[in-house]
Amino acid sequence: MKIATAEFIQNGAQPVTGANKIIEVKNVSKVYGTEVVALKDINLDFEAGQLTSLLGPSGCGKTTLLKIIAGLLPATQGDILVNGKKVTAPGPERAFVFQDFALLPWATVLDNAAFGLKMQGKPKAERDDIANHYVKEVGLDGFQKSYPHQLSGGMRQRVGLARALSVNADVLLMDEPFSAVDEQTRRKFQEDLIRLREVEKKTFIFVTHSIEEAVYVSDRIILLSPRPGRVSEIIDPDIPSDIGPDELRRNEVYLETVENIWHGIKKYVD
Amino acid sequence: MTLYGRKIPKMASLVVWLIIWEIVGQLDLLMLFPPFSSVLMAMGEVVTARSFNEALWITASSYALGMGLALVVGITMGILMGLFKPIDNMLNMWVNVFLSAPLSALVPIFMILFGLGTPTVVVTVFMFAVWIIVLDTRAGVQNISPSLMEMSHSFGANRFERAKIVLLAALPEILAGIRLGLVRGVKGVVIGQLLVSIIGVGALFALYQQNFLMSHFWALIVLLFTFALTMADLIGRLEKRIEYYAHVRS
Ligand SMILES: Nc1ncnc2c1ncn2[C@@H]1O[C@H](COP(=O)(O)OP(=O)(O)O)[C@@H](O)[C@H]1O
Ligand SMILES: [Mg+2]
Repeated sequence: MKIATAEFIQNGAQPVTGANKIIEVKNVSKVYGTEVVALKDINLDFEAGQLTSLLGPSGCGKTTLLKIIAGLLPATQGDILVNGKKVTAPGPERAFVFQDFALLPWATVLDNAAFGLKMQGKPKAERDDIANHYVKEVGLDGFQKSYPHQLSGGMRQRVGLARALSVNADVLLMDEPFSAVDEQTRRKFQEDLIRLREVEKKTFIFVTHSIEEAVYVSDRIILLSPRPGRVSEIIDPDIPSDIGPDELRRNEVYLETVENIWHGIKKYVD
Repeated sequence: MTLYGRKIPKMASLVVWLIIWEIVGQLDLLMLFPPFSSVLMAMGEVVTARSFNEALWITASSYALGMGLALVVGITMGILMGLFKPIDNMLNMWVNVFLSAPLSALVPIFMILFGLGTPTVVVTVFMFAVWIIVLDTRAGVQNISPSLMEMSHSFGANRFERAKIVLLAALPEILAGIRLGLVRGVKGVVIGQLLVSIIGVGALFALYQQNFLMSHFWALIVLLFTFALTMADLIGRLEKRIEYYAHVRS
């Protein structure tokens, strides 16, 4: 099976294939209208329990691919398989975190976090219990009764995250979740995401246009090139997991990986 | 408003205007324009008259019926137009035509179609009120952020839940439309009854006019204005509470 047009693997680590793939993208193409080819012949596997980033310049089809995986957009061609089953619509095993948060302005933090559970028909007491747990887990204890407009951008995205975690999906689909929050909050978020990944044992597909962010948080990075959107490289950063965030930003492997990706991506950015 | 550094309540300017009205009225320049004090006294007579209570009942019921229809039809149409492009393409032009058309000119046609009675007045109220409700509801639905609908879809919301989200997300605009519609509806009920002129306050206006009871005539106008403004104010208050969180929606 052809995984990518060009494959570039950091430090000789072979990408694990086959064994644990939870999501398969098979020959997916997407054409908007008649001429905008957003994606062309995408073939990818996503490993269970890993955090995979979709990285690429703006307009290369990252959001489009993520929404097709989510079942929010139909592919023009090709299939998405989740646990071997073809995707035709959103499902409870996938939860989406939106770039602009997409919170209900008339609902409290707790009610927003419990939204998915309510849609699944869980009784009020039970869903409040679960949602409350995740509101605390994302660091918003004490804000359960607040409304979205009373929160900062970073806190709103934490609500979005709590909502996605509450439904206990296997896969979390995150579309540039930190792009609308300020730099300090963003770093905190990235650290939290790494911690969360260890606690929750979920599969994350994470869209970003920041190379540093991708290298920092990902097990695997899928580099997309624009017009038409294609997979140009797959990178498995091999950064020692036992170093702290400050040390990491001086780590040689980290810096080298960022540099390599930048070389690969430079030609698409003008 | 402040005067010599002191805050003056809003009612003060109204009082000033009433005093001016009183003085001009006392000058006896125009027979059509009695002083406010006699209007006030006539008001007592007007509201206690049996004819007024009958007129009030007929007016209120045609207004309520016309408004009820306008709300149901207006909000439904607005939502459909906001959600479905083909429906919008078909109807948008007509809604705008009716919104700005001089609807009073159509009342004679309603009289031919619906007779010289309450149905014509109901239709007039409806036609005055409905279009602004349609347009504001449509705008509200079109302003809903697409990601909110994607969110509800991705978390498995059913049709009913999605409709609820559309309605709540568009609520600020819908309420603005309702407030404007209520005021236009008052215009509709008065104009309709004036033109039909044998029922409700229209008949009263005709009666007062024919008998040169100008104080009574003005008393009735003041009552109607007060009613229309009170309604608009009540909805306005409700709107503020909703907008409190809705204008910051992302
Ligand atoms: N609804 C749409 N209609 C037409 N073109 C679209 C639509 N959504 C996205 N596109 C186009 O598809 C390409 C990929 O978009 P997108 O997936 O949003 O990219 P990214 O998320 O990587 O910035 C872009 O060229 C964009 O202009
Ligand atoms: Mg995007």
